[in-house]
Amino acid sequence: MTLDLVPVLPELLVVAAAVAVLMWGVFVQRDTTRDGFVIAIVAMVAAIVALGAIGGDRRLAFDGLFVLDRFAVFTKIMILLAAIFTASMSVDFLEREKIGRFEYPALVLFATLGMMLMVSSNSFLSLYLGLELQSLSLYVLAAYHRDSTRAVEAGLKYFVLGALASGLLLYGISLVYGFAGTTAFGPLAQLLGSGGATAKIGVIIGLVFVMAGLAFKISAVPFHMWTPDVYEGAPTPVTAFFSSAPKVAAMALFMRVLEGPFVHLFVEWRQVVVALSIASMVVGSFAAISQSNIKRLMAYSAIGHVGFALVGLAAGGAIGVQAVLVYLSIYLVMVVGTFAVILSMRRKGAMVERLDDLAGLGKTSPMLAFVMGVLMFSMAGIPPMAGFWGKFYVFMAAVQRGLWPLAIIGVLTSVVAAFYYLRIVKIMYFDEPVDGLDRVLGRPVALVMAVATVGVLALTFIPGPLLAGAKTAAMALFPAAG
Amino acid sequence: MEAWQIEYLPILVFMGIAGAIAVIAVTASWLAARQKPYAQKTSAYECGFDAFGDARSKFDVRFYLVAILFIVFDLEVAFLFPWAVALGKIGLFGFWSMMAFLGVLTIGFIYEWRKGALEWE
Amino acid sequence: MIETFIFYMYATILVASAVMVISARNPVHSVLFLILCFFNAAGLFVLLGAEFLAMVLVVVYVGAVAVLFLFVVMMLDINLARAREGMMAYLPTGAVVGLVLLAELVVVFSNWGFAPHIAAEVQAPMAAYAHLTNTDALGHLLYTRYVYLFQISGLLLLVAMVGTILLTLRRRPGVRKQTIADQVARSSRSVEVRKVPTGGGV
Repeated sequence: MTLDLVPVLPELLVVAAAVAVLMWGVFVQRDTTRDGFVIAIVAMVAAIVALGAIGGDRRLAFDGLFVLDRFAVFTKIMILLAAIFTASMSVDFLEREKIGRFEYPALVLFATLGMMLMVSSNSFLSLYLGLELQSLSLYVLAAYHRDSTRAVEAGLKYFVLGALASGLLLYGISLVYGFAGTTAFGPLAQLLGSGGATAKIGVIIGLVFVMAGLAFKISAVPFHMWTPDVYEGAPTPVTAFFSSAPKVAAMALFMRVLEGPFVHLFVEWRQVVVALSIASMVVGSFAAISQSNIKRLMAYSAIGHVGFALVGLAAGGAIGVQAVLVYLSIYLVMVVGTFAVILSMRRKGAMVERLDDLAGLGKTSPMLAFVMGVLMFSMAGIPPMAGFWGKFYVFMAAVQRGLWPLAIIGVLTSVVAAFYYLRIVKIMYFDEPVDGLDRVLGRPVALVMAVATVGVLALTFIPGPLLAGAKTAAMALFPAAG
Repeated sequence: MEAWQIEYLPILVFMGIAGAIAVIAVTASWLAARQKPYAQKTSAYECGFDAFGDARSKFDVRFYLVAILFIVFDLEVAFLFPWAVALGKIGLFGFWSMMAFLGVLTIGFIYEWRKGALEWE
Repeated sequence: MIETFIFYMYATILVASAVMVISARNPVHSVLFLILCFFNAAGLFVLLGAEFLAMVLVVVYVGAVAVLFLFVVMMLDINLARAREGMMAYLPTGAVVGLVLLAELVVVFSNWGFAPHIAAEVQAPMAAYAHLTNTDALGHLLYTRYVYLFQISGLLLLVAMVGTILLTLRRRPGVRKQTIADQVARSSRSVEVRKVPTGGGV
């Protein structure tokens, strides 16, 4: 038995970094949080370079349990970038709040590793283990600030509901395995395609359970209950991480599972995706209106965005997957930038997170207000901002595949959602200024903010490369068609 | 029933005997002994007072820490059993795969040692 | 015949004790019933031919997880009367949901079917390893063919360890700990033997 370690080289780099952070932390007799972040970020950049070097031709490893194709490379780069940006924003926050501990970067690395394994899984076994590695690290991160009751409550809620979701997922997997006799994605697709009709009803029940488990991880309605509380309770950099990388990973996993082994059950799973999508769009848009805490607002915003991304998945096929990837990339840039702004909302040295605290920001700190304004316009999907193109592609995909009603509901709900994004702009520019926010801006946070703004503007005017990249990535899921 | 399952027969018999003894002990004393319970006789014997609170008291979270660390290593040992049985046939590859696994857990062990999680203050 | 009898014995006790786990008034009793559950499940595993799983269930679940549950139950010190307050209010809703689920299950299981080759697989789960004992067959696969999954499990255990320590370990100030290295390094000179004259004191 020989071992081909090349496809997992990026993962190995991340593992090595996590171990290095842990060992450096326990053996050096000073606060090593900052060193840990440096190690983590260097390793993740190295992982991106390695991904680029290995390239995207489809390669299987470990007896077909692990797959590296263009889809995996694309989503892994997204995940790593999100992790790098959110990690670099965390350093200053942790030091200011005096909760810096070297385990934080290690846990971020483990979570990222779990996500990378998720999007590369080619069997339900590797899917489940990757998902658990990610979830377990995230549960701990949510409760990371253990002296804050809210953070511990958030961690506990996330853990209990997450464990339930894992249970549902595992039950679904066991049903699929029981009825189809295999957990590997390739053979499953073959078996279901060859009309193993006797097995079908059992497999469909299993499929629904699997989808319920995965819907929890992307916080699609009705599996979203945990999201607002966890987003509000967890430390802000953790929230930023939660709303970026894991969303991409879970969505990618959703696509890999539905368009891979279950591609021949398209008619069956499409109904569920449509239902999840409509519910998420509606709840995400309407429930956010009455929020006064910006982190809770971002939670509902994330739910809404998941709903829009699911529109693309409901469309299905390479075109749908491409639309979802484009949507997620744009969402990622916007959400990271928005959290950079939220992280710099401080007054007299303390974090503030109410919407009213933004009042008059246009006068007190014009740069910050400008960045937030650009991001909010983009989030709302006002043409010609990047966010508009994201929505445009998912709705176009839906229309092309005959899902008119879904696209219409999407457009209507995004109009509703635009209300609360634009309300933030209104608060910033037209409300009477309260005491200005502190004008200290950490260098990494400012950098992330700049990158996100430039990113949004770049995607607004030159979306070409992203579209092409997403297209090759999407084609990788459909080897037969391409 | 297959041959190897017969090997478990003594355990079954043992469990049967254990259950039977328990049942016999309870029923026999119930049948044979004279029982005339009344309120004073069945009350808790605690210096004449009724019990003040619950017998359960709060445990320190450190017990939990030790227990969960124990579980982790318990699972690790569970992985060692099949490895030990099959080691002769899975060759060097199998050997090194277990070494890598143990290496990762040794990292964890060093971490918890240096953190002081194994010390009882 | 005897196999069927043993199966039903274990299955009955398993279900009965599972019911007791959720209906026992005292949470400590619940944990004890859970242990009974684990034992009976282990018995069922033996009947199925999964010896190794049966033993792991006893070693890990009865030996460690159940103890952990006991700790948690003791640690939380839940007030049961209060925890049960809302139960009657939620009971009708819960019962309706349960009934709907049950009806669905009945519909599903009256229409189910296995893929054709499954029946053969159940007889000899791994044709190539059929002549080996259960533990041996697992050992053949787990460390070679499934090495990837095996290593991720190791990482999961590592994260569990880090997470527990991060969330629960606290430094207590002012506690003097035993430092074995210092004790061992103590030279004999630090102890002095003196002759004390009778009635003189040191």
